[in-house]
Amino acid sequence: MVTTTPPATDQNRSRRASSAVRPGDRIFSGLSKGSGITLLVIMAAIAVFLTYRAVLAISDDSANFFTTFEWNPAGDPPVFGIAVLAFGTIVSSVIAMAIAVPVAIGIALFISHYAPRKLAKPLAYVVDLLAAVPSIIYGLWGAIFLVPYLDGLNQWLDQYLGWTYIFDKSADGVARNMFTVGILLAIMILPIITNVTREVFLQAPKMHEEAALALGATRWEVIRMAVLPFGRSGIISASMLGLGRALGETMAVAVVLSPSFALSLHLLDPGGGTFAQNIAAKFNEADAYGRDALIASGLVLFVITLLVNGAARMIIARRKEYSGANA
Amino acid sequence: MSHAVQERPVALSKPRGPLSHARLPRWTPAAVAAGSIAAGIGIGLAAGWHSRTQWGMLAALLFVLVSYALTSKVEGARQAKDRVATSLVWVCFVLAVVPLLSLAWVTISKGIAVLDVYFLTHSMNGVLDAEAGGGVYHALLGTIEQVGIATLIAAPIGLLTAVYLVEYGKGRLAKAVTFFVDVMTGIPSIVAGLFVLSTWTLMLDFGPSGFAGAMALAILMMPVVVRSTEEMLKLVPNELREASLALGIPKWRTILKVVLPTAIGGITTGVMLAVARITGETAPVLLLVFGTKLINPNPFEGAQSSLPLYVYEQYQVGTDQSVARAWAAALVLIAFVMILNMVARGIARWKAPKTGR
Repeated sequence: MVTTTPPATDQNRSRRASSAVRPGDRIFSGLSKGSGITLLVIMAAIAVFLTYRAVLAISDDSANFFTTFEWNPAGDPPVFGIAVLAFGTIVSSVIAMAIAVPVAIGIALFISHYAPRKLAKPLAYVVDLLAAVPSIIYGLWGAIFLVPYLDGLNQWLDQYLGWTYIFDKSADGVARNMFTVGILLAIMILPIITNVTREVFLQAPKMHEEAALALGATRWEVIRMAVLPFGRSGIISASMLGLGRALGETMAVAVVLSPSFALSLHLLDPGGGTFAQNIAAKFNEADAYGRDALIASGLVLFVITLLVNGAARMIIARRKEYSGANA
Repeated sequence: MSHAVQERPVALSKPRGPLSHARLPRWTPAAVAAGSIAAGIGIGLAAGWHSRTQWGMLAALLFVLVSYALTSKVEGARQAKDRVATSLVWVCFVLAVVPLLSLAWVTISKGIAVLDVYFLTHSMNGVLDAEAGGGVYHALLGTIEQVGIATLIAAPIGLLTAVYLVEYGKGRLAKAVTFFVDVMTGIPSIVAGLFVLSTWTLMLDFGPSGFAGAMALAILMMPVVVRSTEEMLKLVPNELREASLALGIPKWRTILKVVLPTAIGGITTGVMLAVARITGETAPVLLLVFGTKLINPNPFEGAQSSLPLYVYEQYQVGTDQSVARAWAAALVLIAFVMILNMVARGIARWKAPKTGR
């Protein structure tokens, strides 16, 4: 952004003025550079310290950390593993993504191309606001309001889709299960995905759209031919941002799910757990070693979200390079 | 003979009338929507389904199918596809709006029942779980202190980093900072909490305190501040910088006196949005601040409470009275966050930087 001329003129002037770089400049640029470095140091420190505590914990774990279906770091010998947590985290996020991504694309299209102008602006504003609702409030609403509402849906799914195995409900009980968690997570990540995709759809080249319209395309054909291909990488990166959010969500899951350390593919049965939920639920009763064990599971979560977010950013960055070409 | 040939096209086009196809009247979508909602409720009642979610889903399904059938009959296949896409988009919109409206409605209606001045000005000291009364003052105080400290840590670092990226940053370091700021935005709040736990609490052996929570919140806040400030600084027209530098003003004074004041509206907005985001974070507070029923005005020593943590604790207790308190605290929290958001967006609109032409 900044032109490179000012340093050049500074150098020319330095023949007359005694100092080439003013002390104020040096201090200020040093400060701002230092802040940038501080951020990098914090990221590195997070990785290093979590790894350090995790290694302490895992080296005393008598079972395999990745394949054990149990969480008992206080036992003698300590036994804990993340298999159930990893499974639950992935399953709930997959459900959330399967619901949220199509709906979010729909809403984004609604705001950018379908809604009447008068409705679109306030709607975009409301979606922005919704992205800021604290997760604990989603959790409270989910536990008290959504769970009873989904009971009927659960029974219906069990009755008609029970043969698919995953929708088979083996025990009676309220819907504090992975399926409900997935739906709640979907509702939570909806505003984030919608915001990003809407921005991308609005940037779709107007010329292409008008050309398609002029050739007699219907509105859907315009979107399919001009808007969606342009927005594809935006959709992917938005989804991955949402995925990162869903993977790390703590309180909403902790409040809604009734956890257990059993690996079950029956989505409608209560049970299972996620990384973040397990940390929040087990933290208060954990001793020093138990905390290290929880930190070890947190490290796995950190690495997963790092990979997901990094991939999302790479896709966005690649997009930037050629988006300048189409004006 | 030639007469007849010339007349033929006229004869053909006559039954087709004007250039456009036959079209459904404009009120069709609304009518189909009303009809399918009625049918959904009717069938739901008749079959005795418990969940109104199912009624809604049936209505949505009927809406899409009926509009497809009608349109393909009257207007043709391409128009029908278009109509289906339109109805699907509308269904998505409704699907999203229903839970979100319900969230807002439930929180307000349940929260307002307990919320009063007493609730805002008293702590939970000596209040039993199954007892009505008590309040949220200690949590409100804790939240304000923790978020304040977090802002004091994160805002300067975030601001200066953004200045570095826009005004000075070149080469590898700037690229690395940009990338990691982006990645840092996605750190789960509980991981930030665990990091502070592993250093501050486990290594340096400090007890729970508001300050520990504030550090975790600051980690979550920094990348948000950097991102928004960066965007704002990029909007400042280069001519302003060049004019100032041409007058012989040092670069640091140019940044402080010309660039930052131009973008100050947007920067304020960004910081406030970041504050709103961390205000609602529960997980790091749960790990590091611990929660208490008493008023603890000192953020550097002893457990404190905070609004989101208070909501969680009162929900966990599970009595009718405590759940009512949880809703009221949720309402306070949501009001706090929403007011911050609206003010921030108001400032953004009011003080939008002038972008050259």
